[in-house]
Amino acid sequence: MRLQPWNRRHLIERIMQIAMIGSLVIVGLCLGAILWTIIARGLPALTWEMISQAPKGGFYMGKGGGVLNAILGSLYLATGATALAMLVALPIALYLQTYLATSGWAQLVRLALDVLWGIPSIVYGAFGFTLMIVLGARASLLAGIIVLALVELPIMTRAMDEVIRRMPRDLAQAALALGSTKLEVALRVVIPQTLPGIVTAVLLAFGRGIGDAAAVLFTAGYTDRIPTSLSRPTASLPLAVFFQLGTPYPEVRERGYASALILTIIVLVVSFGSRWLAARLQRYTVK
Amino acid sequence: MAQNPIQSTVTTRNQHVVTVSRQRADTWARRVFFVITVLPIGLIAVVLIGLLYRAWPILQQYPLTDLLFGVDWKPSEGRFGFYSFIVGTVWVTVVGVGLAIPPCILVAMYLAEYAGARTRLLAKPILDVLAAIPPVVYGVWGMLVVVPLVETMLGPWAQHLLGFWGLFAVQQPTGFSVLSGGIVLAVMITPLIIAVVFEIFNTVPVDLRNASLAVGATRWETIRRVLLPQVMPGIIAAIVLGASRAFGETIAVLMVVGNIAQVPHSLFDAAYPLPALIANNYGDMMSIPLYDAALLCAALILLVIVLLFNILATVVLKRFVK
Repeated sequence: MRLQPWNRRHLIERIMQIAMIGSLVIVGLCLGAILWTIIARGLPALTWEMISQAPKGGFYMGKGGGVLNAILGSLYLATGATALAMLVALPIALYLQTYLATSGWAQLVRLALDVLWGIPSIVYGAFGFTLMIVLGARASLLAGIIVLALVELPIMTRAMDEVIRRMPRDLAQAALALGSTKLEVALRVVIPQTLPGIVTAVLLAFGRGIGDAAAVLFTAGYTDRIPTSLSRPTASLPLAVFFQLGTPYPEVRERGYASALILTIIVLVVSFGSRWLAARLQRYTVK
Repeated sequence: MAQNPIQSTVTTRNQHVVTVSRQRADTWARRVFFVITVLPIGLIAVVLIGLLYRAWPILQQYPLTDLLFGVDWKPSEGRFGFYSFIVGTVWVTVVGVGLAIPPCILVAMYLAEYAGARTRLLAKPILDVLAAIPPVVYGVWGMLVVVPLVETMLGPWAQHLLGFWGLFAVQQPTGFSVLSGGIVLAVMITPLIIAVVFEIFNTVPVDLRNASLAVGATRWETIRRVLLPQVMPGIIAAIVLGASRAFGETIAVLMVVGNIAQVPHSLFDAAYPLPALIANNYGDMMSIPLYDAALLCAALILLVIVLLFNILATVVLKRFVK
């Protein structure tokens, strides 16, 4: 039976809707599969010893110890990098929006930031390492922080830029009309008003930084000691996962899955925490 | 008001001083901010020049065509051909982007054109979490799920059904393959592509949709005939952006792609992408002459391609912002 044109059009509409919903379900299932895999494989090996101790002798052959060195190392790396990136990102975002708005120069800076965002972190890592060779520096926490800050900078700046751009103009204009300088508008109006968004941007960059392996591979090095100094190498969680999975011992691989679970939990806590914090801070802005 | 003229002058003078200092602070802030704003542009230049400088020895020694199209990779014998690595990167990227695009565009369309507030509220955290998961975790998932899946199911099926076609022939049945890398990449770039395409659909004025629906078009017809022609350049830009992300992805791909320096001929062959080459060898190869320069040359190739991709995508996307 030949379908009537109207029915055929409806049929296509139905088919496309089903395809769209199906795709959404597939994406959701992928996420579910990833989380399920990490939890199912990581949880059995996740012990208090994993979280509370540094590796002991023979850790990579299945002997005792944990990945506290990597957990602390990653937190130090990401915290330092985020703080460093913020020092640069906030002025750029404020300058772009309050002083430049949509001029050609601002467009150029935004293009540069987008391009920086696209540069793979392995390139930053390789570049950082060459720079270290030239300077005669060895792999250290500080070097890792600096290179990680480069990775985080464009993410943070563009996110802040976007938040400030969406802020209603009238508040800033009211302040300017009352005689404020642009600096005062930036510091006393824009920052308090966009604080939820700024916090989100900072934590977004933190989450990206803590999960990045390629940038710290050469620059931060790896060590079984708990990091104590900026000039010493430090372990990091992504590399801990990677190295543990690279061993032939099943016990060590199991702990690699557990390390991946720890990393995932940290990242998810940061992600949801930032949303919660932003919602809290939203109360203190002028609607 | 006029009972104490002296005091009033003093206040005025103070106010004047305050105003001047406020303006001075503003001027200085402007200068400092400007200098900081130059940093991103300077950073691109410094990275580019730095890598070029360090890769220079090998670029001088061998013609560029030999490096780009040479198949031999034997650093100890002084032979540096990047061809198999470049082709490996391209294969993994194309498979990843190819797998990601259809569902991503459909999801973005659905979220932008069909979904109610509740569905969007449900979809947002899914995409946020997908974007937040670190690459190495994707790699673990790839090793635990995707590689065995390719090894035990997809590979044999493909061999059985399409084995006569070289693209699907299984020569290396380990599961560590271009296809595994592509699947992991596809999931990784999904949130990025969906977010960009969704934003682009939102830039199309509502009037266009209303006009189309008012003359009797179904929603899909509206998307197909009215919206798609409008957003097509943006979709292409989103794809290029996703491709450039996939191109440079290191650790997740490295864990599932097999890392064998060969030109892959089938989806089930192992490959060795450029980022994996750098990650696996850089740092412990200082004794072999030019090895260091060769790996930084690989980083340079990666950087140049990604720069071109990104500039292209950004320039196209800029049209939608206004």
